[in-house]
Amino acid sequence: MAHVIPYIAAIQEAIREEMERDERVLYFGQNMATSPDDPFLKQFGPARVRVTPISETAEIGMATGAAMAGFRPVVELYMAEFLLVAADQVVNEGSRFHFMSKGAVTVPMVLVAGYGFTYGWAGQHTGSIYGMFMGVPGLRVAMPSTPADAKGLMTTAIRDDNPVLFFHHYLLALTEGEVPDGEYAVPFGVADVKRSGSDVTVVATGNTVHSALAAAETLAERGVSAEVIDPRTIAPLDVDTILGSVARTGHLVVVDQATRHASAAAVIAAEVAQKGFSSLQAPISLVTALDSSIAYAEPVESFVLPDEHKIVAAVGETLGLAPLPG
Amino acid sequence: MATGYPTDDGALEAPAPERLVWMYTQMYRIREFEERVKSTFTAHPGVIRGHTHLADGAEGSIVGSIAALAPGDQILTSYRCHGYPIALGTDTKAMMAEIYGRSTGLCGGLGGSMHLFDPARGFLGGSGIVAQHLPHAAGAAWAAQIRGAGQAVVCFFGDGASKQGAFHESLNIASLWKLPVVYVMENNHYQASTRSDQEDANAAAGEPLAVKATAYSMVGITVDGTDPVAVHATVAAALARARAGEGPTLVESLVYRLSAHGNLIAPPGVPLHYPEHEAVAIFGNQAEYEAALRGDPVPRFRHRLVTDGVLDALDADALEATVREEIDEAERFALESPLPAPDSGLAYVYA
Repeated sequence: MAHVIPYIAAIQEAIREEMERDERVLYFGQNMATSPDDPFLKQFGPARVRVTPISETAEIGMATGAAMAGFRPVVELYMAEFLLVAADQVVNEGSRFHFMSKGAVTVPMVLVAGYGFTYGWAGQHTGSIYGMFMGVPGLRVAMPSTPADAKGLMTTAIRDDNPVLFFHHYLLALTEGEVPDGEYAVPFGVADVKRSGSDVTVVATGNTVHSALAAAETLAERGVSAEVIDPRTIAPLDVDTILGSVARTGHLVVVDQATRHASAAAVIAAEVAQKGFSSLQAPISLVTALDSSIAYAEPVESFVLPDEHKIVAAVGETLGLAPLPG
Repeated sequence: MATGYPTDDGALEAPAPERLVWMYTQMYRIREFEERVKSTFTAHPGVIRGHTHLADGAEGSIVGSIAALAPGDQILTSYRCHGYPIALGTDTKAMMAEIYGRSTGLCGGLGGSMHLFDPARGFLGGSGIVAQHLPHAAGAAWAAQIRGAGQAVVCFFGDGASKQGAFHESLNIASLWKLPVVYVMENNHYQASTRSDQEDANAAAGEPLAVKATAYSMVGITVDGTDPVAVHATVAAALARARAGEGPTLVESLVYRLSAHGNLIAPPGVPLHYPEHEAVAIFGNQAEYEAALRGDPVPRFRHRLVTDGVLDALDADALEATVREEIDEAERFALESPLPAPDSGLAYVYA
């Protein structure tokens, strides 16, 4: 059985169910659980649910320490950029400890952060910075595009024995979708084919999955069959599913809200260029943000971001079709 | 192993004579171990790679603090971390093998001198980045608070760490949440190559660094870190407060690091060694350094125990000989141990 809830509620549902299942799961962060009426605080109490000061280094560092001491903390960071305030704690502490200790300690923690809030939030709160974490050994990086994936990936994140960065997309927060009832886990490193097709493979993450699906719809009206793949986690990255698709379609377009050289798309393209070169009938095309910060004013904001029309145009170019008006 | 618990009336018991001998033994073991690490740079060039930091001069502070722990307590440390696990009972053979990068090392040669871990004995690890383990200690203390079994955490760091944001964020939240943690700042008066008064506003104003605790409404106390008995009493009292739900304490333990910050940092081809202490090498203050050597806490504590009749001089000689044999064996074991298989690290990237 399933129920329909918003993406953001699906994340909360997974956290709540895991907290019910496992009393070692803690949930804390800024601006949460400030009132005794907070549902998490009411259900799980102040030992496990706490509001913190604006101290990202302490929040993430404490999660690391509590994890080493046997708990499974979930830290609500709100915005991805706030991870950068505590960059050492994200990439150079907990992610190293299992390795440096030859497995003597584990750091099962989840850092929850929203990204890509391109809705007038301007230069410092809109970044798509997941790419900088996907190559950090010891870290896992999940970025769901649907409510069901949001629930299933959060469940897996909490159960994983490694530090997990869970990036939810702010523009998807209120989008509704079917979510399985009860325990539901989506495995890491397993891409999902969001739409099957035979002419071109379009790989996209987060909110751009929906742009890619809209583009695929437009392309279908013009006789082009696009397959849309969502890796769902970029660390681990399911390269095999992408290679298998490209082996059938011969064409690859990778969509990413990050700037080109900081994107997961560049890594995906490199993997396919090396391992799937003989399948490719045309150069790989990347549809990414232009190399700019995100502007406050709407037309400037939109100009740099990937969208459905840019994806349609890139597919047309890759397939050598006459220019398709978006 | 614990001593120094509050008695029913709240007073602290002084360590029993055998406990004082235990403390001296641990101080001597740490010193001998680190002297052997230091001599390895010349006796076996190339065996120790990278950067290694010694705690000679801080043995009294280390052992006095560790002696105050109870079973189930946990510690976290900076990268100057050899002494604590030695006092906790970690095998010195495995530790030396780790520092020599061998497969038999405590962490299979994957961690090295700065990254020792022994969670089975309560040692949750040493972070190589200044002050970044202070929030880890707060987190472990939060875990202890939730478990509610009266356990506490002791976090060791240098005075340099108190200039990091992680220090201030951690003390604030530890005090706010009344976490059972004791922050032991070993103030050796030098950061890597600067004197405290060059970078610490309190030091420049002539104040103890323990005053930083005042900003976070927690107890701050300064203790002579060369005296293990004084450190023991101070840390034991702080642990008693922590266990009683009265929150954290900042203990400023005054020590003098007798070696340079670390061995020479040099590119391949330059033999590594321990340079002269910064007091001499940078500031030309030979008199200060020689005074510190005369105050060396290890022979001083031996002298005190012998003078007080706690330890017979011949017994002291005997225990020192036993320790030297232990460290000889640790060195031999480490030298004879194989290097790890090149691909051994790939098994430990993810849990």
